[in-house]
Amino acid sequence: MNYYETVFILTPVLSDDQMKEAVAKFRDFLTQNGAEIINEELWGLRKLAYPIEKKGTGFYCLFEFKAEPDLIKKYETAYRRDERVLRFLTFRLDKYAVEYAQKRRERRAKKASETPAEAVAAAE
Amino acid sequence: MASNSEIRYLTPLSVDTKKKKYCRFKRSGIKYIDYKDPEFLKKFLNEQGKILPRRITGTSLKFQRRVAQAVKRARHLALLPYVTDLMK
Repeated sequence: MNYYETVFILTPVLSDDQMKEAVAKFRDFLTQNGAEIINEELWGLRKLAYPIEKKGTGFYCLFEFKAEPDLIKKYETAYRRDERVLRFLTFRLDKYAVEYAQKRRERRAKKASETPAEAVAAAE
Repeated sequence: MASNSEIRYLTPLSVDTKKKKYCRFKRSGIKYIDYKDPEFLKKFLNEQGKILPRRITGTSLKFQRRVAQAVKRARHLALLPYVTDLMK
């Protein structure tokens, strides 16, 4: 079971629930085929550095998961077949990358828990 | 050909004292370069978005390859432009 992470971009044209449904589709694909999702981040709508398929923005999403190597081929064909996905990149994490991903998750979690605290502090 | 020692200069050769370049990754102990945060990668790109050569950034060969790989992945994901003007 190797560590992988996938970043993919969905077209901005989709409505909100279509977006969720697309993300759910890939999440279920992973969980059904015996992969274990470690972390999932939705970066939301971001401006692309250059237009892809005539679109200037895209909905970014990140999956970090553990899976069998042979699952990746099927996983990527699922992305290629789905026309809502503008672009995807699957990446195998080596041990330093896993460490980094761990630290990054904690940092984001801390930042996420901090900002509401600040907001509350500011409110008082 | 007079060897160097015999050549005397009127004024000492004032080559600007080059500060020793160092690989920032070795020094700060960074092991993995993440392709997902473009802000950090931008330090290794020039204004047109091209990757800076080692002789300028001073990074070691091993990490220069990783930086190049990370930048290319970021470009693939449209986090970094392939070519732009006045990116900074």
